Amino acid sequence: MTFILKTEGLNKTYRLGGIVNAKQVQALNDVNITVESDKPVVIAVVGESGSGKTTLAKTLLRLETPTSGQAIVYDEVVAGKGAIPSKKDFLGLVQPIFQNPFEAFSRYRPVDVYLEETARRVAGMDGVQAEAAVEAALKSVGLNYDDVRGKYTAQFSGGELQRISVARALIPNPKLIVADEPVSMIDASRRMIIINLFKRLRDEAGRSFVYITHDLATAYYISDYVAVMNKGRVVEFGPARKVMSDPQHDYTRLLLSSIPTTTSRWRERKRVAS
Amino acid sequence: MIRLNDLKISYRIGGRTIDAVDGVTLTIPDNCVVGIAGESGSGKSTLMKAIYGDIQSPMYLSRGSIEYGLKGTDGKAVTAENVRKEWFKTISYIPQSSMNSLNPVIRIREQFVDFPGTDSNKKRVLERARAYIGKLGLPPEAMDSYPHQLSGGMRQRMMIALATFFQPELIIADEPTTALDVVVQKDILMLLMELQEEMGNTILVVSHDMGVHYQVTQKMLIMYAGRVVEYGDTDSVFADPQHAYTKMLIDSLPTIGDDSMRGVMASEAGGGGDRAFRVEPNLIEVKPGHFVAQPARQREGVLA
Repeated sequence: MTFILKTEGLNKTYRLGGIVNAKQVQALNDVNITVESDKPVVIAVVGESGSGKTTLAKTLLRLETPTSGQAIVYDEVVAGKGAIPSKKDFLGLVQPIFQNPFEAFSRYRPVDVYLEETARRVAGMDGVQAEAAVEAALKSVGLNYDDVRGKYTAQFSGGELQRISVARALIPNPKLIVADEPVSMIDASRRMIIINLFKRLRDEAGRSFVYITHDLATAYYISDYVAVMNKGRVVEFGPARKVMSDPQHDYTRLLLSSIPTTTSRWRERKRVAS
Repeated sequence: MIRLNDLKISYRIGGRTIDAVDGVTLTIPDNCVVGIAGESGSGKSTLMKAIYGDIQSPMYLSRGSIEYGLKGTDGKAVTAENVRKEWFKTISYIPQSSMNSLNPVIRIREQFVDFPGTDSNKKRVLERARAYIGKLGLPPEAMDSYPHQLSGGMRQRMMIALATFFQPELIIADEPTTALDVVVQKDILMLLMELQEEMGNTILVVSHDMGVHYQVTQKMLIMYAGRVVEYGDTDSVFADPQHAYTKMLIDSLPTIGDDSMRGVMASEAGGGGDRAFRVEPNLIEVKPGHFVAQPARQREGVLA
């Protein structure tokens, strides 16, 4: 069994304000999550703004250093004391996908340049290998290299661009992809394309995901495990189906009851005479 | 009752003309919540802007007309020409990302007494406004704050307070809860529904979340590539969607407790954008009050 993700007493404190009236904000408060499995998994982290879910993602991506505690990905320490020393090794293990693909890539450079650079710098490939890797990665997200080559962000839709972000993340062959709100900027009707892609990459290509979202319905749809966060704490953690069909914590229940579903209404709606 | 007669709205950009709304004919009844769904570029925001009467270059009305069927504060009928004078009073707008639409450098109370043509006695207006925001679940001190001192949900409530203060006959809410968390979203939507029932006016809600539409609206308008795809009672549209695009929108939403594969149709339609489905301008009435673009199920070759 492998520790796909394990956080031990993860804490992160931000300091806000000036010298005199500084305030401490505990963005992560003793976060302990353990997912041990032989198969790749999708781990959803759900919660409202300010719950600490993005800070957790940033810590796993080494964009923030934890105040204390450790994070382990596939048996390797990635954050905290004793973390993998080399950035290159780290990026070969964990890759990010961000919320807004239009901001993740510069407007002034063709997007395929990012893919090629990832292949050369992170995966250490030469020109020919890089080209082949970019082509394979794009193919795995359902795109043709020829349709992408030399194009800028403005020439793609949000959904296409997010698929290109996924392709970029796949190039160094990472074991874990951390996706922070990857579909919130995409049209609702096209979101499932990305979500189903994650599912396929888990089942067919053996990638694990940390899926950060406030959308519990998609979290239920693709996740094996779910962590519900509130005010920096993990209030509930467990197998996704179990947590969402039989929530134990009041906060999880509140979140679940607030989802606008198409099956039962919060309030009676009168018929309108037309 | 609002009537849209063969409305065509275009943008003139450089030498090109883009028809964002192309031949929309529609009747919106009084006293109800109408939902408008469709993806980016479907023309829903352009249509809302036109109904609000905010037609400014490069956007222009290239054909058709809007009949408001509303009376303004001066007792005269509201028309496309004088609609601007009725803003906030007879017709109001809750814009997209409206959390950021409050003026950041003046206090909220200044923004309440700032409307042209309101009661000249500012003290009286303020008193009423304070009482009103209390009703909407905001603390009276919020009136004296600057926007940045309030949370996103409070700012959104404040925008709703501003938009409903004069009890307008028509409110257009463009993605009113998009940037909010589910818990706050539910509160805001419940508030909107309560206010509508109290005022008996018409609210047009633009959203890409079909769950929001199901919860809030009584009528649904589905737009695609500048045209109306489907229009009818919300219950009828959700229970028996007629057009492939409407089906795709409803199908794209996963549900907790339901493990079936979702979004398959979306994957098929892929990046086809506004070419994946064909939408004709003529609507046929399939059931009483339930209209669908003709031909109902025809689709062009799927683009990858």
